[in-house]
Amino acid sequence: MIQANMQLDAKGLACPMPIVKTKKAITDLEEGQVLEVQATDKGSKADLAAWASSVGNQYLGTVEDGDVLYHYIRKGSNEPEVEQSFEHTVSLDGIESRDGLILDVREAAEYAFGHIDGAKSIPLGELDSRLLELDKEQEVYVICRTGKRSDLAAQLLANNGFTKVYNVLPGMNAWNGNIKKDI
Amino acid sequence: MAVKKWTAAQVARKVMDHEELFILDVRNTDAFEDWKIDGHQFEYLNIPYFELLDGVEEILPKLPIDKEVLVVCAKEGSSVMVAEMLSEAGREVAYLEGGMKSWSSYLEPVKVTDLENGGELYQFVRLGKGCLSYMVISEGEAAIIDAVRFTDVFTNFAKEKGVEIKYIFDTHLHADHISGGRMIADATGGTYYLPPKDAQEVVFDYTALTDGLNVKIGASQLDVNALYSPGHTIGSTSFIIDNQFLVTGDILFIDSIGRPDLAGLAEDWVGDLRETLYSRYRDIKEDLVVLPAHFMMIDELNEDGTVAKRLGDLFKDNHGLNIEDEAEFRRTVTENLPPQPNAYEQIRQVNMGKITPDNDEQTEMEIGPNRCAIR
Repeated sequence: MIQANMQLDAKGLACPMPIVKTKKAITDLEEGQVLEVQATDKGSKADLAAWASSVGNQYLGTVEDGDVLYHYIRKGSNEPEVEQSFEHTVSLDGIESRDGLILDVREAAEYAFGHIDGAKSIPLGELDSRLLELDKEQEVYVICRTGKRSDLAAQLLANNGFTKVYNVLPGMNAWNGNIKKDI
Repeated sequence: MAVKKWTAAQVARKVMDHEELFILDVRNTDAFEDWKIDGHQFEYLNIPYFELLDGVEEILPKLPIDKEVLVVCAKEGSSVMVAEMLSEAGREVAYLEGGMKSWSSYLEPVKVTDLENGGELYQFVRLGKGCLSYMVISEGEAAIIDAVRFTDVFTNFAKEKGVEIKYIFDTHLHADHISGGRMIADATGGTYYLPPKDAQEVVFDYTALTDGLNVKIGASQLDVNALYSPGHTIGSTSFIIDNQFLVTGDILFIDSIGRPDLAGLAEDWVGDLRETLYSRYRDIKEDLVVLPAHFMMIDELNEDGTVAKRLGDLFKDNHGLNIEDEAEFRRTVTENLPPQPNAYEQIRQVNMGKITPDNDEQTEMEIGPNRCAIR
């Protein structure tokens, strides 16, 4: 199962109800959180994707399991409004050939629908509590979608004694190489 | 104001009668651009329903008040919602019952001509999909060519006319729509014919449709002659009816020609296509009226709603019949082909009897425009 912050059951509902319900449900989420919409209406896939982009949400993808479609939508497509301040950065180009760990701090659902092979997933919101999973002596290349969340994550790591931390720019939205999916 | 409900048949009348209509299509933009209800005098506005969830005020100025407005969506639900919102805003609008799904299924029977001794020839125009089927009637008997899967339409029509369906032909193994031929044969006891070269993988019994086959319909012995004309598929066969009409299947259309690639063998079949169009058909008399299995654009409909044109005129006007250079012809029909029809491989499997999807799945497979031709 792909991790989401909220599930919405729209199974058995015909168009337009899956979108009407999604629109309502997503108001209860925080920016950046992920909604899973369960639907059986086949048309819901194209419509949800188009709706999401028209209102500024990020459609992550759909998993089909039997008759049920599981759609994943991340609320808002804006990244945190921060000045990028972490000074150690590296370019996305050639990132997969570097020694060290690629740390993907996007939401688990974003990671599931496409990440660089070998990257480790720890969403930004969980990083603080999962530092023990990381090696302080290893190079850590932090990546997200656009470089903002990874900036915050890199600062957090540095403040916790990690010394070889780099923010990867611009981020997964510019990645043209192979991707691996966990769906 | 009350919201009115229109049937696909009512919309078809608007198309056939060249009437005006304003269509508010609330499907998403990709779906609309791919495929819509075509009318000679129709105007369109495409706004996806999910952009109207908060209200319709913004689009009110874009909707005419001196014209009928029909709201259309994929299956009906969203068009009802939008139509009701418009109605509450004081507009008189209708929605299409069953949406594009029912539009794709609707068949309009049009009489092509009366034949001798009370015979009749009908063309069944599937406006939403561009499919054309035929029924020849003579003195209590009927033959059907290229029936689509809505078999009730044909069997009910035959009942109304008081005729028995004796022969059911498919000009070829279809890849763009599901054939109703075998089901009609099962329901009526008529004989189902398929070209054997297209039927090598079919898993049911059929009768071989071979070059020169002649069947006679009714006491007046109305002639239906088969003419082997490969190219779209290796088995494609045409019919000459009553020495007046040439039923071409997917080989030759009014404004385009067949594509040779839907069974994956464009390179192999392009020579056959060339020979059929530039040699076999040239030996037939030019006064025959061509009746194809598809049309691509609403402009191909005649004033009376039929899709039919003299063979001699096609030799003059149809670009695909006027490519002198053989190498150029080969390039035209094998390179830069239009996208293949939705689910065409699955549809071929259905027509071979290898898979039997339920009605909803069949509808899903047939969704979208027809793409059998090369202009």
